[in-house]
Amino acid sequence: MFKFILFRLFQSVVVVFAILTLTFFMVRLTPGGPFSAERRMPAYILERINAYYGLDQPLFKQFGNYLGNLLRGDLGPTFTETRTVNEIIAATFPVSAELGLWALLIALILGLPVGILAAAKRNSVIDYGTMSAAMVGICLPTFVMGPILALIFGVWLRWFNVSGWFTAADRVLPALTLGLVYAAYFARITRGGMLEILNQDFIRTAEAKGVSSRNILLKHALKGGLLPMVSFMGPAIAGIISGSFVVETIFQVPGIGRQFVSAAFDRDYFLVQGTVLVYAILITLANLGVDIIQVMLNPRLRFEDSQ
Amino acid sequence: MIPPIQVSASESRLPVVNLDPAQLEEGSSLWADAWHRLKKNRLALLSFWIVVFMGVFCFVGPFLSPYSYIDQDLMRTLESPSWAHPFGTDDLGRDQLTRLMVGGRVSLGVGIIATVVSLMIGVVFGAVAAYLGGKIDNAMMRFVDVLYALPFTIFVILLMTIFERSILLLFVVIGAVEWLTMARIVRGQVQALRRQEFVEAAISLGLSTRRILLRHIIPNVLGVVVVFATLTVPAVILLESFLSFLGLGVQAPLPSWGSLIKLGSDNIQQFPHLLIVPSFFFSLTLFALNFLGDGLRDALDPKSSRD
Repeated sequence: MFKFILFRLFQSVVVVFAILTLTFFMVRLTPGGPFSAERRMPAYILERINAYYGLDQPLFKQFGNYLGNLLRGDLGPTFTETRTVNEIIAATFPVSAELGLWALLIALILGLPVGILAAAKRNSVIDYGTMSAAMVGICLPTFVMGPILALIFGVWLRWFNVSGWFTAADRVLPALTLGLVYAAYFARITRGGMLEILNQDFIRTAEAKGVSSRNILLKHALKGGLLPMVSFMGPAIAGIISGSFVVETIFQVPGIGRQFVSAAFDRDYFLVQGTVLVYAILITLANLGVDIIQVMLNPRLRFEDSQ
Repeated sequence: MIPPIQVSASESRLPVVNLDPAQLEEGSSLWADAWHRLKKNRLALLSFWIVVFMGVFCFVGPFLSPYSYIDQDLMRTLESPSWAHPFGTDDLGRDQLTRLMVGGRVSLGVGIIATVVSLMIGVVFGAVAAYLGGKIDNAMMRFVDVLYALPFTIFVILLMTIFERSILLLFVVIGAVEWLTMARIVRGQVQALRRQEFVEAAISLGLSTRRILLRHIIPNVLGVVVVFATLTVPAVILLESFLSFLGLGVQAPLPSWGSLIKLGSDNIQQFPHLLIVPSFFFSLTLFALNFLGDGLRDALDPKSSRD
């Protein structure tokens, strides 16, 4: 187990490094620099600005410098603001993290019970009703769900502000937008996983022994039935991150997702790299955590691992 | 389901005419069976007709419209629905109905073409990996694993901001993302197939690897491929609209459903119809495609149907 975790940790570091390298060269090898779109400025000033940011040096030297600064915890300057990348990430990351956690919480609280219920009452009205609703949730992507929720609850009912991130109530619509889609996925996946377990022989044995259906569901089936859910958590977290690009744009949430998109538009090299680095670390950590939990929940994987 | 043709012992002594193989095949061909089962699935059938309607609406509709999607009428911007403009006009006085149709053409077109691109890459890659097996297979699938680990939305956004945007790039970028799952599915199928006798027979007849793959193996995985493709189309449409919503998709003035929804979400306070109409068409299409894909899966592979 320890060896497995160590190996996966090493793998994660390699992936993060690969993402960082790819981003670095992708952003730089493209035509047009961060200052080319600005008002035309005299060549000597451009030269000076480039020299100031170290953009006049050979690419590999720039990459070495960047990695060196990174090891010291310095993510570099931005071209569009006076703040450094470190400051921007420190200011925006907690906002996005809060939004993401609320969304994940909504997804779990709604999705899991619904999925378990639908599996327990399979082929009933409850099953078809909830699964149809889940299908609706999956087919309505964040960029449709968000504006529609804003229209209904913000413009028509006036329960919440249409945009902004100031009061506790402002959290509701963005978190719902982001969470509902994954609640729908979770419900479907939990249902599928539970059904697969419920069809197995040991469940029939438990039924024959006279175990109550409640206990069968929650004690015997749940652990195995949740496995597909756990493996979906990795993609779900990655999805919530990319969903945050849209949600933060719609609801004017001052998070890191909006920073990433605008930085990509502005070719703000260091800011793009910094935000991508944050995402890369988050996603690989999530995948790592999911893998470990999976091995812990599923004894069969542990067996394969030790062989 | 059509019952299999039973040949009893007494019948088998009858003249060969009654056992004409062409007739036998006709009665139970995979596709005829599948179509028969699909017709019984009302939801899938309804979805099928919705998809057909959307196709006609988007590809034929623009030719019947008196307006073109670029005709501006700056005296009549942001109008509410009227006889002249059934869905109103947008911020530049362009007919919203026409833009909806052309936008759908872009979205559906990108969906279909990018799916075909990803399909061809995925099928060939997966089939080759599985058929060659051994170290080559291992290396090829490791490559897929590495790509899987990358946060693709982020790279798609980077690619779309960096290069000069064109529909061609959109195909390439989306196709590059979507072929991975296809490759994995096809590899699994081919691995199962290549151990079967008919492949051995083909090998012993001295057929070339290329011919065995193209003529004997790939046709046998087509059912799975078709099902996955119908489910890929909505995923691609989603990705394209996601990019267009962020302003990274197709280049204005060409509309796409994503950019129309974006315009609507910017104007929800005063002109909710600009949001509601494109969102409705977009979601309805996604629903229909998803349900059609589910229905096709059930029809082509009855074993895998729900429960």
